Amino acid sequence: MSVLEIKNLHVNVETDQGTREILRGVDLVVNEGEIHAIMGPNGSGKSTLAYTIAGHPKYHVVQGEILLDGENVLKMTVDARARAGLFLAMQYPVEIPGVTVTNFLRTAKTAIDGEAPAIRGWVKDVRESMSNLKMDSAFAERNVNEGFSGGEKKRNEILQLELLKPRFAVLDETDSGLDVDALRIVSEGVNRAKANTGLGILLITHYTRILRYITPDFVHVFVGGRIAEQGGRELADRLEEEGYDRFQVAEAAAE
Amino acid sequence: MPAQMTSTAMPTAEQHGFRPHSDGAFVPVQTRSERFRSVNVEDFAPVTGREHEWKLSPVAAFADLTSGVLDGSRVEIETTVRHAQDGADATGVDVSWIGRDDARVGRTGIPEERASANAWSTFGEALLITVTGEDEKTAAVTRHGLGDAPRAAHTVIEAAPNSRGLIVLRGTGEARLSENVEIVVGEGASLTVVSLQEWSDDAVHLASHFARLGRDSFLKHIVVSLGGKVVRVNPSTHLAEQGSDVEALGLYFADAGQHLEQQVFVHHDAPHTRSRVTYKGALQGAGARTVWVGDVLIGNAAVGTDSYEQNRNLVLTDGTRADSVPNLEIETGDIEGAGHASATGRFDDEQLFYLMARGIREDEARRLVVRGFLTEVVQKIGSPDLEKRLIAAIEAELEGR
Repeated sequence: MSVLEIKNLHVNVETDQGTREILRGVDLVVNEGEIHAIMGPNGSGKSTLAYTIAGHPKYHVVQGEILLDGENVLKMTVDARARAGLFLAMQYPVEIPGVTVTNFLRTAKTAIDGEAPAIRGWVKDVRESMSNLKMDSAFAERNVNEGFSGGEKKRNEILQLELLKPRFAVLDETDSGLDVDALRIVSEGVNRAKANTGLGILLITHYTRILRYITPDFVHVFVGGRIAEQGGRELADRLEEEGYDRFQVAEAAAE
Repeated sequence: MPAQMTSTAMPTAEQHGFRPHSDGAFVPVQTRSERFRSVNVEDFAPVTGREHEWKLSPVAAFADLTSGVLDGSRVEIETTVRHAQDGADATGVDVSWIGRDDARVGRTGIPEERASANAWSTFGEALLITVTGEDEKTAAVTRHGLGDAPRAAHTVIEAAPNSRGLIVLRGTGEARLSENVEIVVGEGASLTVVSLQEWSDDAVHLASHFARLGRDSFLKHIVVSLGGKVVRVNPSTHLAEQGSDVEALGLYFADAGQHLEQQVFVHHDAPHTRSRVTYKGALQGAGARTVWVGDVLIGNAAVGTDSYEQNRNLVLTDGTRADSVPNLEIETGDIEGAGHASATGRFDDEQLFYLMARGIREDEARRLVVRGFLTEVVQKIGSPDLEKRLIAAIEAELEGR
């Protein structure tokens, strides 16, 4: 069984004001088939964790480890991490002018699998996944994320999740900016991917509403670059009622 | 001066005027259409590189073309004409040679600089390409291996009223060529002209294109510059009659030591004319150099003009230089719209990250982004065969072949 381990992770970011420490010792273990919700107020470091796992060059790991089945992820390039089975659904996917969704998906699938997918099965898979996500077939010929609405961009991320079949996926605020229909469609896509491949999921969110559609096994509350509290699904319910105030007060008192 | 220049990429310091002013009370020409023009080379002063039309060009690399004696004899050409749909042999494009005194020469424009005038003064016969008939056909006219002696050429492309066609004027192999290309688009005609520069590494090619568009006609004009040491193709389009429409596209990829230049001029001179200018380029390697100057003049007769021009450059490595100069001159207040845009930027690291986060290796991710950037222009050519070939040519450029 696959496992993603994060051990005592400290991460800095270079800003105009100098070096800032964003993550201050994060410990987390995600097993295959588990859904972990990472919740927390703005600026608590949730997205930093997501981008650090994916290997964005802006984030510098100063201490700690990320291991995928015991392999040191931090030593891998961004593309090698993806080929090892990690996936990041981005909060703000970028536009790639002149590169069609079809071309992009096939190129990515070929890179991940190490060989081009058999054409007939692949076309069918793409069509089916797009239809499940209520994406018009015309999407396939559009350029990646170019002129996509916020909801279309998020669906396109989940489309990739379904087709590339990673072992672990980090969903970075996939719910933000979605209306209720789009939220349901996207959540169904995530649940379908999990049912099909049994992947482990790190669901990063500010709000609890996506947890009505995707049931987490564990909930971690992120405050000030650390996990301040963890529990099961009931912790999310409590956050929905109380908000993050009590954690932020405790954090302020500690500083 | 050293016997051999290692790079043609940068103009000299003197060209940039690093010396005291000597112009006195000289007042430059204010309106784009009022520049000095002549078909006689002797009417132009010798080129120094400080002239506005030469100041961004490596003039020392082609002094033979601006002031030397040119060989004006026929250049060898190879022509194929095919139906656009099935690729079968087609008619409706005729190619012949006409004398320099023929009435069909000189209907579209007059040289504005010395290399162009030098070619005009010395060409012996003009190549006449006529397009007739309303079915879509494609003609490829290839000039291959023009040698290393300086030459002049003159071409007249004429689309008869209501005709349709696509003409590819292609150059490969060696060349030191200065030429003028006249494009006459008859009433209601729809013509595509692709000037495709795939010269060998040492070639120098200076070209001026003069297009005149008749009533309700459409010209798609495309400049693709990939090969050659110095390539300068300056297309000017005269929207002379009401309802005429030009789409001017350009695509260039400059490697180390390569100078690719285009000065694009669109003259709106009649009511309800339309222009779209889109030039995109990539620069890769030390001394890779590109110049784009886009002039749009909306004359006072051109009410209801709709115009937009843009230039985008993608800088792939250090040591390159891209000049991008959009100019817009408007003499009437009654227009639909006129805009311009220019952007020159480095590779977008966020695009790279996005692709790599999907498992795509860095070199392949770069290729995808650059290809995507340039493909936008390729996709508008309207000839699947040519599009396919150009995408392959761009791939080859990216791999440094």
